[in-house]
Amino acid sequence: MIRLEKRPQPSRAFSLATPLLAVLATMFFGGLLFFALGKDPLASIQTIFWEPLFGEFSFFYRPQLLIKGAPLVLIAIGLSLGFKAGIWNIGAEGQYIMGALFGAGVGLAFYPVEGFYVFPLMVLAGAFGGWLWAMIPALLKVKFGTNEILVSLMLVYVAEQFLASMSLGLMKNPEGFGFPGSRNLQQYASAHNADLIAGTGMHWGVVAAMIAVIFAYVLLTKHRLGFAIRVTGEAPRAAKFSGVNPTRLVLICMGMSGLLAGLAGLFEVSGPAGQVTIDFNVGYGFTAIIVAFLGRLHPVGILLAGLLMALTYIGGDIAQSKLGLPAAAIQVFQGMLLFFLLALDMFTNYRLRLGRTEAA
Amino acid sequence: MDLSAINPILFIAGFLVAATPLIFAAIGELVTEKAGVLNLGVEGMMITGAICGFAIAVETGSPLMGFAAAAVGGALLSLLFAFLTQVTLANQVASGLALTLFGLGLSALLGQSYVGIKPPRLGDMNFGPLADIPVLGPILFTHDIILYLGFALVAATWAVLKFTRAGLILRAVGESHDAAHALGYKVVRIRTLAIMFGGACAGLGGAYISLIRVPQWTEGMTAGVGWIALALVVFASWKPWRLLLGAYLFGGITQLQLNLQGVGVAIPVEYLAMSPYLITIIVLVILSRDKSAAPACLGRTFHASS
Repeated sequence: MIRLEKRPQPSRAFSLATPLLAVLATMFFGGLLFFALGKDPLASIQTIFWEPLFGEFSFFYRPQLLIKGAPLVLIAIGLSLGFKAGIWNIGAEGQYIMGALFGAGVGLAFYPVEGFYVFPLMVLAGAFGGWLWAMIPALLKVKFGTNEILVSLMLVYVAEQFLASMSLGLMKNPEGFGFPGSRNLQQYASAHNADLIAGTGMHWGVVAAMIAVIFAYVLLTKHRLGFAIRVTGEAPRAAKFSGVNPTRLVLICMGMSGLLAGLAGLFEVSGPAGQVTIDFNVGYGFTAIIVAFLGRLHPVGILLAGLLMALTYIGGDIAQSKLGLPAAAIQVFQGMLLFFLLALDMFTNYRLRLGRTEAA
Repeated sequence: MDLSAINPILFIAGFLVAATPLIFAAIGELVTEKAGVLNLGVEGMMITGAICGFAIAVETGSPLMGFAAAAVGGALLSLLFAFLTQVTLANQVASGLALTLFGLGLSALLGQSYVGIKPPRLGDMNFGPLADIPVLGPILFTHDIILYLGFALVAATWAVLKFTRAGLILRAVGESHDAAHALGYKVVRIRTLAIMFGGACAGLGGAYISLIRVPQWTEGMTAGVGWIALALVVFASWKPWRLLLGAYLFGGITQLQLNLQGVGVAIPVEYLAMSPYLITIIVLVILSRDKSAAPACLGRTFHASS
């Protein structure tokens, strides 16, 4: 009989190997899924993972990797700080939307004034919007002990309704011939989050994501706050004795994840998306949860996981147009990845032992 | 705007219908949480139940077959969660989120060819002359059997948890898994069953939305009902009757905002549509101070050797 035995210390080797094994398992079972849908499994997997990087049109897809990866990494870095400390902000999608609305709102308010100060102000407003939206569950948690998971999630639906209201009402383009959606910020030079080097996909969001990765790495390894985050997650009682202030920690972790999600929203709406529309958000806030776990809540891991997840988005789009693979299949594929990751993670903390059965 | 356009009798009958998906999902989650397992995948199981029920009802032409399939679908999906949290001992919060993300994708995939179809209708129960009682008749006696099943389920859950040995064991596992284990109860097996019950109930709730309340299939149609159900369990402080009350409260709010949209109140539609979520938050705030009712082992991983 096989039984589990807790390892005295988590295995480093397995901690690193699990994400890779999970990706392989997902490829295999994803392939089976695609086969069940009547598609050639090998061709599908190849289209998703190979085509965007080395295929015929990779010159077009490679920049997309940065465009789609940046918001994922930016949001996931923020989430990972909280997740590490057992603070579950799962409403990043809402904070992303609010960041975009605040930032775009500032931009639209300045229209058509051109000035170097417009975009920085939008960035500040976007960060503020995301932060503000995350502060609601954070404050309710520290004041009333309300569950932050449920509140932050509820606020996603509120933010979505707010977005609908804005894009059909207040922020609607007055010269838009009645179509829903705001003015296109891509056509407003001062507010446009353009590629820093044309055609590379390298916009300010990518820069911000890089900075966030470095910042989080330094924070977690060198700073007292990073220590507080790690110790709270691993041993809450020990954290108390070492003088960690849990209230402050909740406010900081939630605030930072909201801020980063807001930034991601702002960079998206002023760049790749261009305008505030009812459905400009495509669920990055939720996919970022997968990214955070896949990256082992480690900044460098998240960077790699974000790129991988961006790859599945792009590859999924290609597979959709080339092979007729349904968009939902990619969603299932991404969900599977998280499943395998969580399941295989067992080997990090436990080892299998063959032995006599005990009463269990 | 003309508030008198809202018929109070139809309104009350309507909110009983609006509350039913919540009742199913929340009572299932209540049992799961009583066993000490926090399953945040309710939304995913509901939406999977919604499409399983819808598809089978359309294929077989029988809504009741649809509901049965929804329960099976929800329970099967919840087995994934049970495997992750009970066998591979994964974090329950993360596993629940994974279940929701996966369920949303899976349902969208399964539902592709069912968009825009009308499902077979489930007829109302025939109570004979009871339905002719003024006011009470149309409110209480003009519904389908599933609605009454939801009510019965709450009563049964209450009775089982309070009066039976099985209920006692379930609660013991939720309060102290180590003590229950020491007494020789199979913690993992009991929890797995509780998780599956939760999944089946969530599936039924989802199917009630796609087959009766709306009735059609659209992607992501449960729109957060599963999450509200989770909040409802906290609201009810893990007590079945309070849960029923809470579900009617939320059903009432949902129905009221829909009715207000219909009569053209001066508040924009989007702000009305926000209201159930906002009220959930407010209720959570008011009721979160008292956590003593929560099962002591809620969300904690059980490993026999430790």
